[in-house]
Amino acid sequence: MLELYGTELPSRLLLGTAQYPSPAILAEAVKASGTSVVTVSLRREMAGGRAGEKFWSLIRSLGVRILPNTAGCHSVKEAVTTAKMAREVFGTSWIKLEVIGNHDTLQPDVFGLVKAARILCEDGFDVFPYTTDDLVVAERLLEAGCKVLMPWCAPIGSALGPVNITALRSMRGHFPGVLLIVDAGLGRPSHAATVMELGFDAVLLNTAVARAADPVGMARAFGKAVDAGREAFSSGMLEPRDVAVPSTPTIGRAVFS
Amino acid sequence: MRVLVKGAGVAGLTAAFELAARGAVTTVAETRPAIEGNASWFAGGMLAPWCERESAEQPVLDLGRDAADWWDAVLPGQVIRAGTLVVAALRDTGELDRFASRTSGYRRVAEDEISLLEPDLAGRFWRGLLFPDEAHLDPRQAMVALHDKLAAMGVEFRFGADAQPVSDFDRQIDCTGIAAADDRLRGVRGEMLILRTRDISLSRPVRLLHPRFPLYAVPRADTQFMIGATMVESQSAGPVTARSMMELLGAAYALHPAFGEAGIVETGVGIRPAFPDNLPRVEALGTAVAINGLYRHGFVLAPAMARQAADLVFNQDATKELAHETDGQRRSA
Repeated sequence: MLELYGTELPSRLLLGTAQYPSPAILAEAVKASGTSVVTVSLRREMAGGRAGEKFWSLIRSLGVRILPNTAGCHSVKEAVTTAKMAREVFGTSWIKLEVIGNHDTLQPDVFGLVKAARILCEDGFDVFPYTTDDLVVAERLLEAGCKVLMPWCAPIGSALGPVNITALRSMRGHFPGVLLIVDAGLGRPSHAATVMELGFDAVLLNTAVARAADPVGMARAFGKAVDAGREAFSSGMLEPRDVAVPSTPTIGRAVFS
Repeated sequence: MRVLVKGAGVAGLTAAFELAARGAVTTVAETRPAIEGNASWFAGGMLAPWCERESAEQPVLDLGRDAADWWDAVLPGQVIRAGTLVVAALRDTGELDRFASRTSGYRRVAEDEISLLEPDLAGRFWRGLLFPDEAHLDPRQAMVALHDKLAAMGVEFRFGADAQPVSDFDRQIDCTGIAAADDRLRGVRGEMLILRTRDISLSRPVRLLHPRFPLYAVPRADTQFMIGATMVESQSAGPVTARSMMELLGAAYALHPAFGEAGIVETGVGIRPAFPDNLPRVEALGTAVAINGLYRHGFVLAPAMARQAADLVFNQDATKELAHETDGQRRSA
């Protein structure tokens, strides 16, 4: 069972709610994936106070935990303001913190991220920072009060999958007791399985499901892949060997040639 | 039979036409002072159900494939049948394959054919998709022309204060879009621009695919182009945001740098009415019928919805609640 900031969750897949063909398909995808947490962005829906209320109430009706995010925020101030608004709108202290540093790659501004994380942690938020795989930044985020880290495995929406397995493995190794959720860049269920096999605690994804030809089918596939990867990690995988090892003993068998 | 149509957007006007054409004494009541300003007024006017299938479900294509014929028959000369051209920048050609895999009714075109179709785009795009059966119209011209045609057919229009109170009707059709009292509806904000430039001309709507900022440019009369449109989960009808405008203009500039010198004639915001499945509904309750949820497909879906609504009005069993057939299809799916 995954435990995030004191809440036990049956699924290790967290799903984003943007870009689906319709809210109805989003709802079906959420169900099919088995996810227990969805993220929702406030940034663009904010214009005019609670003008996004209709969409938000559809999200609330999904019956899963909501992790609001600060997607699209480019400064500490914007991110902190959006987080406070999210707390009000969704009645949760959870916040997925994004402070974007580069418009093209949507790379996090790690300096602003640490600063915003500190402000929000002190304000009582349970912060889920979207970060890189940089170990020093990770340490700073932990110092700031974060109990969960969300490293990317590739740029948001790129569907590239884990582009730097070594960095992810080293992150897992450096922070054995910290909850690590791979966020962003996953394109296929096998990518999700791969990072789960590395021992990451969960994955968060959006585009790979929302923009699939059949988002519901893809959500189900990701749900299975996450489960498979986790179970494989827990079950102890065989390390690769250089020599062939027959699965059936050959000693004592008749030799025909 | 006397029928009241509430709302003079594309749903209301098309419904009024279907009713009047079948002999109903029809009145259209619109609380706005004129035909301008509703969501339809800010539409792109693309009759492009094959392209829309990229993100819309099958009923949108099924219901919309005859839309161009309907508009052409009702308003001769308004519909331009030149297809839709879909292009992507070289680094986004993956988007083109993705679009192709979700749609039908296109053929792939290479650089040489793109330059024949749209000479001003020559050398800018290597690959594209042409949807030859698609068409477009100018929504504002079409709505005004349809209004005039309806008036000539004897349909009564009541605008602004005259829209209330209205009674003594056998049937009522609610086409008020997001203003309808239906909790299932939500508004999806769409922002658009109208640009004017003589430096580029297009013969058909062009869609520029991009993973983040997709865009369409629809040529209009007088060297104008409708550039659209954002999709924001918000019911705010406030002015276009700087960010949306920046994204739309950035994408237009990427389509052709000549748009950089274009004048911004207008910015507009429309609130598209949508049900949770983003599919339209014609529903009957008692003597009232409602057409709603046309979402981003108003001009594509309105003719089919209007026909269904008129069918209901003329064959209505007032004691029975009827649902639009797509509901049944969805339930069985």
